[in-house]
Order: sequence, then structure tokens, then C-alpha cells
Amino acid sequence: MEIRGLDRLICEHPFFAGMSLDYCDLIGGCARNVRFDTGRYLFREGEPANEFFLIRHGRVALELTAPERGSIRFLTLNAGEIAGVSWLVPPYRWLYDAQALELTRAVSIDGACLRQKAEENHDFGYEMMKRFMTMLVQRLHAAQLQILDVYGARA
Amino acid sequence: MARVPEAASVPIVARVRARRRETHDTWTLSIEAGEFAFEPGQFNMLYAFGIGEIPVSLSGDPGAPGPLIHTVRAVGSASQAITRLRPGDPIGLRGPFGTAWPVDESTGSDVLVIGGGLGLAPLRPAIYRLLAERDRYGQIAVLYGTRSPADILYRREIERWRRRLDTAVEVTVDHADAGWHGHVGVVTRLIDRAAFDPDHAVALVCGPEIMMRFAANTLQAAAIAPERIYVAMERNMKCAIGQCGHCQFGPTLVCRDGAVMRYDRVRPLLTVREL
Ligand SMILES: Cc1cc2nc3c(=O)[nH]c(=O)nc-3n(C[C@H](O)[C@H](O)[C@H](O)COP(=O)(O)OP(=O)(O)OC[C@H]3O[C@@H](n4cnc5c(N)ncnc54)[C@H](O)[C@@H]3O)c2cc1C
Ligand code: FES
Repeated sequence: MEIRGLDRLICEHPFFAGMSLDYCDLIGGCARNVRFDTGRYLFREGEPANEFFLIRHGRVALELTAPERGSIRFLTLNAGEIAGVSWLVPPYRWLYDAQALELTRAVSIDGACLRQKAEENHDFGYEMMKRFMTMLVQRLHAAQLQILDVYGARA
Repeated sequence: MARVPEAASVPIVARVRARRRETHDTWTLSIEAGEFAFEPGQFNMLYAFGIGEIPVSLSGDPGAPGPLIHTVRAVGSASQAITRLRPGDPIGLRGPFGTAWPVDESTGSDVLVIGGGLGLAPLRPAIYRLLAERDRYGQIAVLYGTRSPADILYRREIERWRRRLDTAVEVTVDHADAGWHGHVGVVTRLIDRAAFDPDHAVALVCGPEIMMRFAANTLQAAAIAPERIYVAMERNMKCAIGQCGHCQFGPTLVCRDGAVMRYDRVRPLLTVREL
């Protein structure tokens, strides 16, 4: 099978390492190339979460704004990582902002399109869920460590 | 792991030469103590006269003559009293005690130095030695995580290390405001980005115990064997010479068998409650 440019970018992204070419092709049907200059937002809190991003180059900060504290950065994401998980579950709205800290190139994947393909092909859907689940569990563990605030003096 | 000579049980009277603030609750003291040799990872018992004696890691350069360097966080009565000392003030000191980071033993290996919070202080002597003999090692990565940008220890020195082309130095904080352009996230995330050959890598890990457990898990997930992971244990101490049993940790005494220990040896004890 001939691999199109976008399919190749998807297959080569660490998140999809080892994914079959057929599946890369399926994802490619929902994908487009995007770039964000420094300071631009990939998405903003409250907006509809219709997509997620495979970061290819650059760096993205996830942040929340709190009254009197301004924006609080709680995670930075680098090339090889995924930005955006709110497209997975209703109500499909972003819960935080994602800002490019430097010129960032990514592949944007349409969430509704991908959910549709996963409904039609459960094997594909299961493969996607396994990958997202691994990433989500890693982030959950990291978040737990962050919440414990282990570096503070013991109370 | 290097064994080290036992030291006296009676403190010498040393003098504070200088005191520098590192963060809101942490100070670095230079202490004049005459001739004094130590290995990276060792600690001294510092005595605030009339108040109390506490273990504090040596955090200066083991290859440089001059005053001893200790970085102390004010958490309770003894550490507060020590951080309040002024140049010229006396301080009781005995040591050095404890085991050392396996710096010389890691010749030919890639070395990952992973510090969390104040845990960078006991690792700094190891970093000095690794960098002083840079050619003896493969890849070297210094990965440091702390609470926020204001809590970064040894900031200027980290910036100097970062300028080296032969060493990867990465800093991450648990949270930050928009003025911080570095990494945000837990220190274990830096491990995934570091370059090393897991079969020939040694990891030196120091920080709060939970952070060390998370780091050890991530290192093992990256295929580094537990025998090649070293952690520094912290237990309350009194005698520091293996006699009082105060620092008992399962079958080991941290003052005698640690503080630096091989992870495969302490792993079974780390998840046991109330040791
Ligand atoms: C081998 C070894 C090396 C050490 N190296 C250093 C070092 O380089 N620099 C340094 O600052 N400390 C170091 N420590 C920890 C230091 O010994 C303790 O912080 C100190 O004993 C606390 O005594 P205190 O009288 O000031 O407080 P305590 O009166 O004993 O405690 C007061 C409060 O502080 C909390 N507390 C006690 N210890 C800690 C701690 N380690 N971290 C956070 N909160 C704590 C207690 O739970 C209590 O709530 C080391 C400990 C060991 C065992
Ligand atoms: S402190 Fe006394 S035995 Fe370790």
C-alpha cells in the first residue's frame, strides 16, 4: 500500500508506534497538518473539543486561569506527545487552554470523524482506546504525584 | 558501593563562614572545619548548640579544598536554628557518615542523576565529580524536578551546567505561572526524554520517598535493572554510628548501610508501612 504524506507522519509519531498501515490510513482520513506560532492557542477552555493533536515539533503548555493567580501551567507537552483528550468523552469541551510555547507543528485529528470510524470498526476502536488508555493512566499517575505536593516540608 | 570510615561520636566545634539563601525556606552554609575528606552522598551530623543535632548531606565539591557546604531546609527546631546561624557562629559537626553514590563504579556507563526538591543537594557532589571526570562516562543526564520555579535550588549553577554541550540538564516544576518557559510536569517525565542505553546506565535518585518510588518505576519501565538504580534513604538519626537503632529500616540501619542504597535491596521495604 502506498503511504501518503500524512499517513506517514501519523505512523511515525511515537503515539502510534507499531500501528498497522491500514489503521494509519484510517486515521489519515480524519487528519490535517497544522502549525501554531509562539503564543497561539491550540484550544481554549470551554470551546468545543472537536480534535486532538499529535505534536511533531515544538512545545505546548496546558494551563488554567484562576482569579488573582493568572494562568497556572500544570503540564508542558513536547514533540512525540498528544495534546487534547476532551474529544473522547461528552460533553466534548476543553477543560483548559493549550498554548504553543514555541513554533509548534502538529497533526490535528478530527475527533468526531475518528469516533465514527471506531464505531464502524471496533478492532480499530479498541486499538485506539488501548493507546489512549495507556497515555491517560500515565498522566493520571503523574497528576497524582503532582497533587501530593511531595516537595513541601512535611506538615 | 564504597564503604567509608566510621567517624567520631563527639562533635568538633566548627565555624560558619558564610550563609546564602537558596529559596524561601532553604539556606546554604559554608562551614570552616579544617582538613576534611568525603565521598559524594555522605552526610554530617550538624549540632545547633543547646537545641539539637541533625543529619545533613554534604552538598559541596568533594574535589575542592575549602569550607564544607551544607544546604539546609528549615523545617523544625534544629534545622531552623542551623539556618539562622551567622558568619563566625560556632556549630558542632561530626562525620562524614554513610555510604557514597557509586560514581567511580559507574565508569563507562551512562549516568542518570535524578533529583527532586532538596534531593538535589546530596546529588550535587556526585554531579561535580561526574563533570570533573566527564570523559570516563557515556551519556550524563541531570534531571531535576521541584515544586515551582521559586523552589529551584542552585539556579545559577544549573544554568552553567546547562550550557555544557556534553551533558543533558533538564529542569521541570510541578506548576508555574506564564513567566516560566521551561518544562512543567513531574520529574519522571524527563526520564522518558533522556538519552541512555538501559543495559549500561546507572541511575542516582534522591528526593522525597514517594518521588523516588515513582522514579524507580519509570526507570524500570525504561528497562534499567533495579540493581543499577541507587536511592538515598532518609530516616531520623541520633548516633549516626550504628549503635542506637534509631534509624532502623527493616534489617538495615540507614546511618551505617545508607543513606545511599541499591534499589533492589530497599524495594521490598519501601512499601511496608510503619518500618
Ligand atoms: C542521611 C540524611 C541526609 C539529610 N540531608 C539533608 C540535607 O542535606 N538538608 C536538609 O535540609 N535536610 C536533610 N536531611 C533531613 C534533616 O535531617 C531533617 O530535616 C531534620 O532532621 C529535621 O530536624 P528538625 O529538628 O529541624 O525538625 P523536627 O523537629 O525533627 O521536625 C519538625 C517538622 O518537620 C518535619 N520534617 C522532619 N524532617 C523533614 C524532612 N526531611 N523534610 C521535610 N519535613 C521534615 C517533621 O515531620 C515535623 O513536622 C537529611 C536526613 C538524613 C537522614
Ligand atoms: S542513628 Fe543510631 S543506629 Fe543509626
